[in-house]
Amino acid sequence: MWARALWLGLRAPLGGPRGFTSKTDLQGSGRITAEMIEHLERLALVDFGSREAVARLEKAIAFADRLRAVDTDGVEPMESVLEDRCLYLRSDNVVEGNCADELLQNSHRVVEEYFVAPPGNIPLPKLDEQEPFPHS
Amino acid sequence: MAAPVLRRGCRGRLWALACVDGGSCHGRGAPTGSPSNRIRGQSSVAQQPLHTAQKPRKGEHNWAAVVGLEIHAQISSNSKLFSGSQVRFSAPPNSLVSFFDASLPGTLPVLNRRCVEAAVMTGLALNCHINKKSLFDRKHYFYADLPAGYQITQQRLPIAVNGSLTYGVSAGKERGQVIPKTVRVKQIQLEQDSGKSLHDDLRSQTLIDLNRAGVGLLEVVLEPDLSCGEEAATAVRELQLILQTLGTSQANMAEGQLRVDANISVHHPGEPLGVRTEVKNLNSIRFLAKAIDYEIQRQINELENGGEILNETRSFHEKLGCTVSMRDKEAKQDYRFMPEPNLPPLLLYDATSLPIGADPRQVIDIDQIRETLPELPSVTRERLVQQYGMLPEHSFTLLNEVGLLEFFQNVIKETRAEPKKVTSWVLNIFLGYLKQENLAVSESPVTPSALAELLDLLDSRTISSSAAKQVFEELWKREGKTPGQIVSEKQLELMQDRGALEQFCYSVMDVKKGNPRAINKLIGLVRKATLNRADPAVIKEILEKQLSS
Repeated sequence: MWARALWLGLRAPLGGPRGFTSKTDLQGSGRITAEMIEHLERLALVDFGSREAVARLEKAIAFADRLRAVDTDGVEPMESVLEDRCLYLRSDNVVEGNCADELLQNSHRVVEEYFVAPPGNIPLPKLDEQEPFPHS
Repeated sequence: MAAPVLRRGCRGRLWALACVDGGSCHGRGAPTGSPSNRIRGQSSVAQQPLHTAQKPRKGEHNWAAVVGLEIHAQISSNSKLFSGSQVRFSAPPNSLVSFFDASLPGTLPVLNRRCVEAAVMTGLALNCHINKKSLFDRKHYFYADLPAGYQITQQRLPIAVNGSLTYGVSAGKERGQVIPKTVRVKQIQLEQDSGKSLHDDLRSQTLIDLNRAGVGLLEVVLEPDLSCGEEAATAVRELQLILQTLGTSQANMAEGQLRVDANISVHHPGEPLGVRTEVKNLNSIRFLAKAIDYEIQRQINELENGGEILNETRSFHEKLGCTVSMRDKEAKQDYRFMPEPNLPPLLLYDATSLPIGADPRQVIDIDQIRETLPELPSVTRERLVQQYGMLPEHSFTLLNEVGLLEFFQNVIKETRAEPKKVTSWVLNIFLGYLKQENLAVSESPVTPSALAELLDLLDSRTISSSAAKQVFEELWKREGKTPGQIVSEKQLELMQDRGALEQFCYSVMDVKKGNPRAINKLIGLVRKATLNRADPAVIKEILEKQLSS
């Protein structure tokens, strides 16, 4: 318990992520709101079914926050461990395809060589419609 | 939703002038048929119904519209951007799909060299700065036609930035004057296309065909420098021509190879920009102009009536001629961009930085690509004007119609007639006949050689101008006869015997000496008597001589 408090204390002020802006930035309090959970569930289709799962998420974020303690002023971020590799260029020849039968076997439902999907995205039930789980 | 009242503020031409002079098109009425029809060639601006509102509405201020375009062009290549399956317009469903395209686990993207070259060529043609290092990212969203759940694109660092696209608006007081306008190109990026969804509302399901999934796209993002439907349509048309000339995309809107989304907002000049809406589902240049103008007017009407504009996505409804809200799209999408972990940065080189001893198939030299660029449309037009003395407007028309320029050049090669004559015949008569029967140049019954022969006969004064038109009409009937044959069959040759003509003139002359206007009547009589086989200029000359004697 005390370790966690220590981590929170060590956290440097938010410098802001470089490159991407994402709505999933923490507000800085370390707590995750129900609104945030709903947003994450919608984006990533994961199910935070219990308070325990949310707590685990908070711990994971706090753990990663230790990175902020490192001084990265003037250091270019590494975006990919492949950054020194050569990007292979393929010549423009047709070498694949014609395996519709094989691919369609993966689908639960098929209509005349088309994959079948529900019409549009199925919306997730809204927050107030969900089974509420105990917030601590 | 009430249909917009189109204010008949200005005639089409004046409106186009406003576009050019003011730099911003004011929301006073939509074009009723602008002169730039001729620039656009086959696609003409739809005639808007005129709801006459004689007095301007109360509280009508000056409005300026701001239009930004995002254009997706399918790259013309044999295989897809990251896989070796074929790129083809129509094929049995899911037959052009590889394991990677179907996003089966364990598959990896492998970049197609041709697509990179296409992107560099397009960037160079649009005066962009080519980024020697560009990066690939994942853009996440859920939809059945995107099997991986993300699209590989270039959000952080695209392959080309900061370019410009110059297009010509036909306006100005002199006929045929074309005013060049420029729209800035924000960036060009490589990205994947998604598959196709066929909605089956009856059975409440969607059928997915992944043949298109993974095809390489060039996304060209234009800065919001455009201010009306006409400008947007002309700019897109010019981009289409450039892409087709480069060969990087066939850019056929009807086949979905060129798709345009428009971001539109209105504001009072001097004030901050308004809320913008995005209009999608525009699959022809004509509808693009129509949709943009409608949306501008809709926003103006809404704001003038005290309403507000929602930042939403709208779809253009062709039959109703209006935009409708696409309610099933969420207001704001969080795409959770992240670097594509399976692709290293894309590095391009030029003559100075080319690594020694590198495999030429693995490196791309920007300078080498620049050298292989073909002549761009704007340069071709300039050359036509200089070389053949035609109006700029004519050069636009020649380039606008597929195959017309080649036809024109073939006629020029084979005929002795003056270029101006050829231009006039090709653009007025030949093109007129094609349009009447809705034929492409390739389907023309008249070959360049035939037209060249006809123009030679005209040039040597063997036949008159009206006879030539008759011959052309005959040639169009596809009976396989040459112009020479038609002329002799129908006896259309001009009378070469001056003496016989003089006899005719004497015979019709009423003694109406001194009355110059009567001469036209006499010319008419002689023409009739000679069955139209005499050159009117010669008739006039003889009659004048006879009358004065």
